[in-house]
Amino acid sequence: MTYFLSPDVTLSAKLLECVYIIIGLITIHAGIKNLLDKENPARIGTFIFWTSFGIVCSLGRWLPTQVSGLLVIIMCLPPIFKRVKVGKVNAPTKEYSRQQYEKIGMKIFVPALLMGIMSLCFALLTKISALVGVTVGVFIAMIILMIYSSDNKPQTFLHDSERFLSMMGPLCMLPQLLGALGGVFTAAGVGEVIGNMVSTVVPAGNVTLGIIVFAIGMVLFTAIMGNAYGAITVMTIGIGAPCVLAYGADPVVVGMIALTCGFCGTLMTPMAANFNIVPVAILDMKNRFGVIKNQVVIALTMLVLQIIYMLVLK
Amino acid sequence: MEYLKLIGILIVIAGFALKLDSILIIFLAAVSTALVSGLGISGLLEAFGTNFVSNRSMAIFIMILLVTGTLERNGLREAAAAFIRKFKNVTVGRLICIYGAMRAFFGAFNVGFGGHAGFIRPVLLPMEEGAAEDENGEVNPEYLEEIKGMSAAIENITWFFFQVLFVGGSGALLVQSTLSGLGYEVELIDLAKVEIPVALTALVLSCIYFLLKDKKLRAKYKKH
Repeated sequence: MTYFLSPDVTLSAKLLECVYIIIGLITIHAGIKNLLDKENPARIGTFIFWTSFGIVCSLGRWLPTQVSGLLVIIMCLPPIFKRVKVGKVNAPTKEYSRQQYEKIGMKIFVPALLMGIMSLCFALLTKISALVGVTVGVFIAMIILMIYSSDNKPQTFLHDSERFLSMMGPLCMLPQLLGALGGVFTAAGVGEVIGNMVSTVVPAGNVTLGIIVFAIGMVLFTAIMGNAYGAITVMTIGIGAPCVLAYGADPVVVGMIALTCGFCGTLMTPMAANFNIVPVAILDMKNRFGVIKNQVVIALTMLVLQIIYMLVLK
Repeated sequence: MEYLKLIGILIVIAGFALKLDSILIIFLAAVSTALVSGLGISGLLEAFGTNFVSNRSMAIFIMILLVTGTLERNGLREAAAAFIRKFKNVTVGRLICIYGAMRAFFGAFNVGFGGHAGFIRPVLLPMEEGAAEDENGEVNPEYLEEIKGMSAAIENITWFFFQVLFVGGSGALLVQSTLSGLGYEVELIDLAKVEIPVALTALVLSCIYFLLKDKKLRAKYKKH
């Protein structure tokens, strides 16, 4: 409580902490639901995964960091041993959502767009974090949905969020875990080691060459790993920071555009199976590379344009 | 000995390339990096805990899930399908552009309609097949294969480049936290702004490309 009453903490930080507490409660709910769910083939593992995440998320600020670290490791164990499963699924039937559409119609787009609108409003008009804006948008959207249809009760939202969490599974934690891994790399001094290695190839201070190597490196790493999020952490620490940002280039431009350069790699690799190979099966295509083939021209053009964009704006 | 610190990076690259379990990869990379650089068990717990907690912003998608499922339950997908079905008597190329623009706009608000399985196959593809039929009511199989490829591609391209415009999307959050760890503080809204020209270029470029491509295919395969 002292945290929330302290005048030294900004309103934004306090509200953000509330956001994390709510998120934690949502996942703890998912954990408990699965623990009590007789249809879930891995009740305990699923419970441990979502609940330990929920505890770190909601209490992270107050827990001793070693306890948080231990909880994260405990959280990683069930997915590693494949003990996070989906329980009873309460999906709406096609007829039901069709009926709801007939009742609500195009008005459904209002709550759908609200989260984005509120996050923009908060980012542009207030000093409060855009993530608080997203949350406000979510809550207004919930109220609108409850007004649209009396079938939408508070527990409907909780159940539906549990359904989506379970559907996404542990992999939805990937960005956050990669972010944490990046932190471990930085703490261990990995960046300096790569920086020294790369500086033998890229002459110190040559920002232009640095940007080109960073962008193409992102594409190659993403293509190999099939995941731009994994690549951005490693490449920013290894090349972006020591070869480009250290010489005063704009971190907003270089740091961010590098990610979408990585997406060009995602568009060209069969390693990104969810985007490039699975749809081949979903759409009954004959050529395994039929999707990638249609993306290569756009991906390469976008890569060149983005490199030019970074060089101009750096 | 310095080079031993790179073991974590090697594990990440090799692990993903070999399609090992993603969480296992990250776990192994973190543990081994901490051990070889002398952080020890307590240092590892400390580093992992601090960094996971400071990356909690990336969990904001869970907050959004509070409405995602209920929006779907209340007919969001049906509404999107009804919207795109208003476009009648248009060519395959134009349908792809219309879907691309729609996917892009909503993607920037972090709203999806089910992607390849939930929207392209059940809604867009039947419309495209209708548009591609020749006078005998048949679609050339090679043309159909290309239509499928182009549709899947526009879905990926628009989603990739427009999701970064959503302030609170995980891509920008990851960039923000990675930069912050290196001592550069950036705002999410600025990260989104810098992507606006990139996203629009990607959309316009893909529309032109698929329109031209479809024109060629139509001339080749669709007999009148």
